[in-house]
Amino acid sequence: MTAPTQELGSGRTDGQRPAVRLDAVSKVYGRGASSLLALDKVSLDAAQGEFVCLLGASGCGKSTLLNLVAGLDRPTTGTIETGERKIAMMFQEPALFPWLTVSGNIELALRVQGLDRTARRARAAELLDVVHLGGFAKKRPHELSGGMRQRVSLARALAQEADLLLMDEPFGALDAMTRDLLHDELERIWRERNLAVLFVTHNVREAVRLGDRVVLLSSRPGQVIEDYPVRLPRPRRTESAEVAELAGRITERLKEEVSRHGR
Amino acid sequence: MAVDAPDRLNEQIAGLDALEIQVKRKRGIPALLWGRIWPMLLAVGIVLAIWEGVVLAGFWPEYVFAGPFTALQELGARLGTAEFWHAIATTMRRGITGFALAILAGVVVGAAVSRVRLLRAAFGSLITGLQTMPSIAWFPLAILLFGLNESAITFVVVLGAAPSIANGLITGVDYTPPILLRAGHVLGLRRVALYRHLILPASLPSFLAGLKQGWAFAWRSLMAGEILVIIANQPSLGEQLHYARELADSARLLATMIVILVIGVLVDVLFGVADSALRQRWGLDQRIG
Repeated sequence: MTAPTQELGSGRTDGQRPAVRLDAVSKVYGRGASSLLALDKVSLDAAQGEFVCLLGASGCGKSTLLNLVAGLDRPTTGTIETGERKIAMMFQEPALFPWLTVSGNIELALRVQGLDRTARRARAAELLDVVHLGGFAKKRPHELSGGMRQRVSLARALAQEADLLLMDEPFGALDAMTRDLLHDELERIWRERNLAVLFVTHNVREAVRLGDRVVLLSSRPGQVIEDYPVRLPRPRRTESAEVAELAGRITERLKEEVSRHGR
Repeated sequence: MAVDAPDRLNEQIAGLDALEIQVKRKRGIPALLWGRIWPMLLAVGIVLAIWEGVVLAGFWPEYVFAGPFTALQELGARLGTAEFWHAIATTMRRGITGFALAILAGVVVGAAVSRVRLLRAAFGSLITGLQTMPSIAWFPLAILLFGLNESAITFVVVLGAAPSIANGLITGVDYTPPILLRAGHVLGLRRVALYRHLILPASLPSFLAGLKQGWAFAWRSLMAGEILVIIANQPSLGEQLHYARELADSARLLATMIVILVIGVLVDVLFGVADSALRQRWGLDQRIG
C-alpha cells in the first residue's frame, strides 16, 4: 500500500533492539526421572513490526513458549527480554468473560489501564468497529458465533495497547472461510499498529500466509530447527501457488522431523 | 482490486456474521414465572386429592387429622386476623435477619478459606461437617448460652445456613475456569482487582446454589427454633404450631403447616428465577434438541 508499511514486512531491522528476545530458554516440567524437557535452549527474536509464526508438531512446546513470554510461567533457565513492552495474548478459545457484555469485556481491559468510564465506553466502541462488530456491543459472548467471539477477543487484546501480540492458535477452531477473513483482518491491524506478533500454529499454510518468518520447532524437546524468511509480497492468498510451494517445502521438513520420533 | 478489497472484506464478514448469529429466543420474567408455577399447581392438586383420600379412608378421626377443606377453611378464616400476619411478620423478620447474618459470615469464612491454603487445610472439611450436623442439635447449647430468646434462634439459624453459603463460594472460586484466569492475568488483573472483576463474578452460579441451600437450612433451623423457644406475646409460625398441638386443633395445625410450606416454595421460586436469569445471561440455558 504505502511506503512505510512495506518496510514493516521486511523482517529484522538490525539497528533496532528486538521487541522480544529469547536467549537459550529451557523449560523443564516435573523433577527427577519423570521430568519432561519441553523447551531446550530456544533462542529467538522478533523485531517491532515483525510477524513471526512458530510452527511445529505436537509436543514442540510452542504454547509453553508463548506462556513463558506472557509471564504465565517462568523459564527453568535462560532469559526472555521484552523491555518495557506491553504484552497482549490471544488463546485458541476466546476466553471472554460470560458475565460481561461484548463491550464490557473490552472495557475491563481498558479499566485495568486506568481509563475513566466515558473514555472506556468510547474506546471500546472504536475497537469493536476495528473488528467489524460495531453493532454487537450490548450482546453477550454466547450470543455470538465462534469467529465473532474470537474477534472480540482480538479487540480486547488490542485494547491493551500492547506492542507485542502473542497468539496461541487463535483461529484453530474456526472454519476455513472465517479463518481466511480473519487472516485479512489480522494482517490489516498488524500493519496499521506496527505490532510485533508471535503466532503459534500447526497449520503450515496459515504460517506462510501470515508470517514474515516461519520458525520451525522440533518436538520433545522443542528446539528451533529452521528459520524460513517469507519474502512473498502481501497481501497473500492461502490458496496461491507461491504460498503452496513454500508450505510444501516446510511440510517436508516437518515430516522429516516427525518421523524421527517413529524410529 | 486493491481498492475495493476492504469493502469486499466488510461485506463478507457482515454476511458470515448474519448467517452465524443465533436466532434470538428471549422469555420475559412473567413467562419464566408461569413456566415454574403451573407444574407446582398441578402437584398441589394431586397432593390435596391424596390428602382427602387418606382422610376419607378414616384411619384417624376428623379432630386428629382434618381434611384439606377444613384446613383451608381455617386458613381462610385466619387470613383475616391480625395475629396471623403478626406471626408471619415475626417469623420472616427472624428468617431474613438470620439469613443476612449467615450470608455475611459465610462470605467472610468462604473468602478466607478459599484464599488461604492453611485455613483451607484446617477448616475445609470442618465446614462440610457442620453442614451435615442437624441444626436442632445446637439448640440445647444455644439456649444455655443465650437463654430462651431470639438470640438463641438467630444463632442456630446462622450456624445452619452459613456453612452452605461458605461452601458455595469456595466451590465457585475453585472451579473458576483456568482459561479465564490466564486471560485475566494477561489483561493485568492482580490481587483485589482479580477477585473483584474475575473470581467473584465467575463463582456467582455456585454461590447462588449455596445461597439457595443455605436458605433451606435457615428455614428448617428457624422452625425448629420457634417450636423450642417460645417467647411470650410474640406470635410466630413455629409458636402457632406448638399451641395448635397443645390445643389438639388439627385444622389450625395443618393450616399453619401449609403457610410454612408455601413460604418455603415461594422463596425457592425466587431463587429459581434468579438462577434462570443468570443462566440466560451467561448462555448456560441452551438445551439440546
